[in-house]
Amino acid sequence: MPKLESTRYTVLFATAVSVVCALLVATAAVGLRERQEVNAQLYKQKNVLLAAGLIKPGESVSRDEVLAIFDKRIRVRGVDLQTGRLVPEGEFDAAAFDQRKARNDPAQSRAAPPNDAQVARLPLRGLVYQVLGGDGKVEQLVLPIEGMGMWGTVYGFLSIDRDGNTVRGLTFYEQKETPGLGGEISNPQWQALWVGRKAFDANWAPQLAVIKGPAGPPDKAPHHVDGLSGATITSNGITRVVRFWLSDDGYGPFLKTLRNGVPA
Amino acid sequence: MSATAALFGKSEKAALFSPVISVNPIAVQVLGICSALAVTTRMDKALVMGIGVTLVTALANLAVSLIRNHTPNSIRIIVQLAIIASLVIVVDQVLKAFLYELSLELSVFVGLIITNCIVMGRAEGFAMQNPPWISFLDGIGNGLGYALILLLVGFARELTGAGTLFGHVVLPLTKNGGWYEPNGLMLLAPSGLFLIALIIWGLRTWKPELQEKD
Repeated sequence: MPKLESTRYTVLFATAVSVVCALLVATAAVGLRERQEVNAQLYKQKNVLLAAGLIKPGESVSRDEVLAIFDKRIRVRGVDLQTGRLVPEGEFDAAAFDQRKARNDPAQSRAAPPNDAQVARLPLRGLVYQVLGGDGKVEQLVLPIEGMGMWGTVYGFLSIDRDGNTVRGLTFYEQKETPGLGGEISNPQWQALWVGRKAFDANWAPQLAVIKGPAGPPDKAPHHVDGLSGATITSNGITRVVRFWLSDDGYGPFLKTLRNGVPA
Repeated sequence: MSATAALFGKSEKAALFSPVISVNPIAVQVLGICSALAVTTRMDKALVMGIGVTLVTALANLAVSLIRNHTPNSIRIIVQLAIIASLVIVVDQVLKAFLYELSLELSVFVGLIITNCIVMGRAEGFAMQNPPWISFLDGIGNGLGYALILLLVGFARELTGAGTLFGHVVLPLTKNGGWYEPNGLMLLAPSGLFLIALIIWGLRTWKPELQEKD
């Protein structure tokens, strides 16, 4: 056996340890990937239900319950973001559609126009989760949103009433903001403040904003939500993200078709 | 009988149980405080973190001890670190596969197990000088000692700060129509420091031999 301190042996030993460790990590990552993806998918579906208010925050809901509610109450559709029209169900497999992959695929996306939400690419088709009432009518529309917070991209769901204007719920399911400050965007109590606010003003320009300080109830401050103290940059980021996805570059054209369809 | 004694004799018992109380990594060695403050706002977080650290410490000790006679002295620390880091990644992956939502909240801290002084301290301070089996037990013992303090602190913080234990309502809150007004300070990091300090004080009063002579 070579001497423990020889350079040759040290290098060999280091290589061997690295290979064994790499194998261990790779096995775990590959072996568990499928399960993790199932979990991530389920978590997303759960957040759609949270945004729609079909389950309450903090309520413990089993996997089967989430799937059952999702199956019964949610219909996933695709929307042509530029025209705002729903893609016919036969032409579009919404269940298999991954919006994040699509926006990075040149064939399914386009460069986003300059925007302050720092969205670089836009998918040609976006998902809409239609929330069905007991009578099978569409009651709310849950829209996926994403954009820059302070430390990274935040991903969430914004639920809009079928009037195309009233906010019914908001959740964030992936964010890297500072825990306790900007991270409070994940706090259900803060998210609840969004319910009942109006997305647009009389000229149909997106007006939702996170302001500094308390905003008051929705009838007093229809477009404004309490700011998060100590998290001005995150608050402003959320304002920009929400406004971007409600604008003509995001789901604006689609929401317009709703307003025209619903008598005032 | 003799086989049991060889596998679980006096020194093995000491390696397993002494870190739980008398040389507790948090309360006596004062290691791993940072994560102890962060994950003790709820008992389920504290429990999962305790289990994670126990597994990592035990397996890291085992692996380090197995190769201790073949490890070149000049690279021993980085070898230990590579082993610990790999184990932590595996723990993180397992959490993501089986306890997804908890892993979202814990993932930052799970990553930080790598820098937890307890793991590195036991690998360098114990496993490098001792055979595998007793090193493994020492790792379990230190992990349990860590978990015990986490659960004690978590119990006090979750109960007084949110009125719940493991997420189940114990003290109904006034805002939900109950009678208990929660103490918000208990959910912030400083309260963790106060509680750990109280535990250290209590332990040193109970076992005066722990006090340094000045």
